Amino acid sequence: MIRVVLPANLRTLARIRGEVQLTLQGPATQRAVLDALEAGYPMLRGTIRDHATQQRRAFLRFFACKMDLSLESPDAPLPDAVVNGTEPFRIVGAMAGG
Amino acid sequence: MSEIRVLVGTRKGAFILTSDGERGKWDVSGPHFAGWEIYHLKGSPADPNRLYASQTSGWFGQVMQRSNDGGKTWEPVGNKFAYDGVPGTHQWYDGTQHPWEFKRVWHLEPSLTDPDMVYAGVEDAALFRSADGGQTWQELAALREAKGHLWAPGAGGMGLHTIVLDPGNPARMYVAISAAGVFRTDDAGATWRPANRGLRSQHELPDSDAEVGHCVHRIAMHPSRPNVLFMQKHWDVMRSDDGGDSWQEISGNLPTDFGFPIDVHPHEPDTVFVVPIKSDSEHFPPDGKLRVYRSRTGGNEWEALTKGLPQRDCYVNVLRDAMSVDSLDPCGVYFGTTGGQVYASASAGDSWTPIVRDLPAVLSVEVQTLS
Repeated sequence: MIRVVLPANLRTLARIRGEVQLTLQGPATQRAVLDALEAGYPMLRGTIRDHATQQRRAFLRFFACKMDLSLESPDAPLPDAVVNGTEPFRIVGAMAGG
Repeated sequence: MSEIRVLVGTRKGAFILTSDGERGKWDVSGPHFAGWEIYHLKGSPADPNRLYASQTSGWFGQVMQRSNDGGKTWEPVGNKFAYDGVPGTHQWYDGTQHPWEFKRVWHLEPSLTDPDMVYAGVEDAALFRSADGGQTWQELAALREAKGHLWAPGAGGMGLHTIVLDPGNPARMYVAISAAGVFRTDDAGATWRPANRGLRSQHELPDSDAEVGHCVHRIAMHPSRPNVLFMQKHWDVMRSDDGGDSWQEISGNLPTDFGFPIDVHPHEPDTVFVVPIKSDSEHFPPDGKLRVYRSRTGGNEWEALTKGLPQRDCYVNVLRDAMSVDSLDPCGVYFGTTGGQVYASASAGDSWTPIVRDLPAVLSVEVQTLS
């Protein structure tokens, strides 16, 4: 079971309270997590990664286990602590700055 | 008894303001979609409880929302805007050609007859249509064949911001694009041609009479006279009496002919409203006085409407989609400001009252007259 934490705006959009819990069939990767998330919550399609290119949107980041995984391959294995549910996979909106 | 519903899009959410036909007391609901930019929301003329909204964000991209109950509840619908085929390129700042890239939906125009059909004007400039209530979107790609390779974004982005449907001819429609101009189709979008003859942009273009490249801010039509169009251009207020084949300037005695919105009285096709703004670099009213100008002669002769509007120290802007009219008699006129005020006049502009004063910056105002 993988735990996913979404930014507040996406929780509101998808009418999610708290974390999302996902069970994956194959290897646990960023792509597999996002595929499962979008399958369960179709309104999130296009809001985390581009519809066509599947690239992460520029001002979102993926954090887990105190690491920034945003630049990792989408097919790289996720950390064991994420796979076993000890740590959440966090989708984070970048700071606006200013 | 009539009811008025005002749909307000802001930088941080949508608000819905309702009143009875007296238009004296208003209820405010919202923010809907709090924290998101709501570029535009608009109701279907064929089913006023069917609303569409463009919800967008620099972080999360484009979301489309639909309501079937007049904005009480909403559901996300399709947000995939894929340019048709190979997107091609347009002119870029450095003189090179740049690929079309979808950024956001600026404007929504529901069909006059079918609640499930709605048009969307997007940045980078293109026109999309949904025939299934917003679930899926298809581009009317022939528009970009109207010299699209010559279109170039202005500082505000290359957005298709105006869609005008001809109520007497379902095959004819007009669109306007920032820094590209007006385009018309007479075959329901199968082909398009520029409709900019008579526009002059001596400060903005090397060829002031160019076929495309004019920064049109807004066009408006009265439904009883669809061949007559009014335009607020970057500079100049213009009029066409031949469906956009040619344009004549009608700025007349306006204090400045720069501005964004323009609208037409619902019962008087020659009564037009604009909000003069000082200049392209100073986006606020001249002399700190917020004044709507009304022409009852189809242009050239304008009167300032000031009663109830701030006449000192006012430095807000009124954006292109932020003015609308109701169809009561006397007609109501409404506009929103970047300072978060929505002003209403229940007397065709003779006097004004703020409905709300402290919203986020207002991006769009649409009005529905409900019976």
